Amino acid sequence: MDAIQKELLEQVAGLHEMPAGAYNIRANGEAVARSTTAHIDIVTKTDKSGIDIVIKPGTKKESVHIPVVLSQSGLTEMVYNDFYIGDDCDVTIVAGCGIHNSGDQMSKHDGIHTFYIGKNSHVKYVEKHYGSGEGTGERIMNPETVVELQENSFMELETVQIRGVDSTRRSTRATLADGAKIIVTEKLMTHGKQYAETSFDVDLNGEGSSANVISRAVARDDSRQLFLAKINGNNRCVGHSECDAIIMDNAKISAVPEITANHLDAELIHEAAIGKIAGEQIVKLMTLGLTEAQAEAQIVNGFLK
Amino acid sequence: MLQLENLSFQVADESDSRKEIIKNLNLTIDNHRFIVITGPNGGGKSTLAKLIMGIEKPTGGRILFNGQDITELSITERAKCGISFAFQQPVRFKGIKVKDLITLAAGDALSTAGACEYLSKVGLCARDYINRDVDASLSGGELKRIEIATVLARNTALSVFDEPEAGIDLWSFNNLIKVFEDLHDIDSDRSLIIISHQERILNIADEIVVIADGQVKAQGRRENILPELLQDTGSCRFYQEVQ
Ligand SMILES: Nc1ncnc2c1ncn2[C@@H]1O[C@H](COP(=O)(O)OP(=O)(O)OP(=O)(O)O)[C@@H](O)[C@H]1O
Ligand SMILES: [Mg+2]
Repeated sequence: MDAIQKELLEQVAGLHEMPAGAYNIRANGEAVARSTTAHIDIVTKTDKSGIDIVIKPGTKKESVHIPVVLSQSGLTEMVYNDFYIGDDCDVTIVAGCGIHNSGDQMSKHDGIHTFYIGKNSHVKYVEKHYGSGEGTGERIMNPETVVELQENSFMELETVQIRGVDSTRRSTRATLADGAKIIVTEKLMTHGKQYAETSFDVDLNGEGSSANVISRAVARDDSRQLFLAKINGNNRCVGHSECDAIIMDNAKISAVPEITANHLDAELIHEAAIGKIAGEQIVKLMTLGLTEAQAEAQIVNGFLK
Repeated sequence: MLQLENLSFQVADESDSRKEIIKNLNLTIDNHRFIVITGPNGGGKSTLAKLIMGIEKPTGGRILFNGQDITELSITERAKCGISFAFQQPVRFKGIKVKDLITLAAGDALSTAGACEYLSKVGLCARDYINRDVDASLSGGELKRIEIATVLARNTALSVFDEPEAGIDLWSFNNLIKVFEDLHDIDSDRSLIIISHQERILNIADEIVVIADGQVKAQGRRENILPELLQDTGSCRFYQEVQ
């Protein structure tokens, strides 16, 4: 891998070197490194582009890194990754995509990640998106995440997109069985003329299932964002979604909540707040000696931390 | 140290007529003074403090700080000149920790131990607070103390506190008074302005300034002003004048 690819890798997966545990690193459309463990297998799909990640039942405290980097301008790809996680596992999965585009052609990574999470398993899934490069070619990512949570399983899903992605449409769909739980935290910042759309679609089918979707977003310059959260309570369950957004400059943000109770004991809440940075927060930091711009940066950084 | 010359502050009220909140006010504060500003609610004390810090811009008059005209300086520039301010109603944030705020106030890399020292001074057990967010989860009194700690960390020549004792429990009151006295004693150039309605704070001032109806109604040594203030407020001339 070259220096640009290494930088992208560090940005999206925090990796300086090859990680411990299982990994599959994809650069410019090809697998460049792979490692499996006694409990985690990674198999290249034969019918389409992508991999199957198979985690044996009872696997604990192991991790899988599957970062993707694109540094060739004009490359577009569509990848299917399927995760089969057995019962009683406790694993961390780090995905992420970095695009460096120094040319004038569009670079695009679309991916569908499907998770089958076994009973009583706990999965922490972290996905970061990052773009760089001075070229005029667009950097586009459209990740789709599909999650099937079996009885009493638990998924924590963290997504971060702070810089450099011109256009993104993120879709996350989850279905939950009895006692299953999902917590989604999204951090998003758009700038320039970027567009970002995120949609969450959660079906709380199981008795005692719960979902918490928390989004913190900042839109600056002329960027636009659309946040869609749909939670269906189909059993005795608890669902909560929250969109908290800061709007700056000429940006535009829409938040569209939708909660549907199809069961008497479904408890569903949606909260959404969009507003500019409170003037008094800037004033307070200025009284500490920060300039207005420094104060703003501090507030935005804190908000997305 | 600080001179306010013919200072005025007007706002447009609902009927679009001008409302004068500070009226041609003159006030001089010397070096190494411990000043308490008091006076009736709505008299203009907080507004005056905001004019000193640059949060509001006067519609007339000048502000001199150590001989320099700072009337046109921004909040940031005044902060850098050596003025600090503790808000009557401290601001809450999302995602900024107590340690972040105190570190920003200190202006350079501050060790955790250093930040903890300021918290201890205001009676907060540092270990419990240092990593908390300065957000809605803090109680009013906790927030108020953290606000005071940020001003201590700034370590400026002039510190202005707007009703610092409000919401602080009785036990902590003595410690708070000690904090102000210590701050005043650090060096001979430093001055403190505390806006307060509390007799116990008035009791430790060198000088008391009474502000009512946007004007200085009285200024003088504590010994001269306090006895009159402490008479039945109904008959106090400072308060009567605004009724
Ligand atoms: N921006 C503004 N617009 C309109 N009126 C204002 C504005 N700021 C202050 N005032 C009014 O000016 C007057 C003085 O307010 P200020 O907050 O300075 O009083 P104060 O002396 O600090 O009172 P307190 O003891 O209650 O804290 C009040 O009547 C207040 O309502
Ligand atoms: Mg006030």
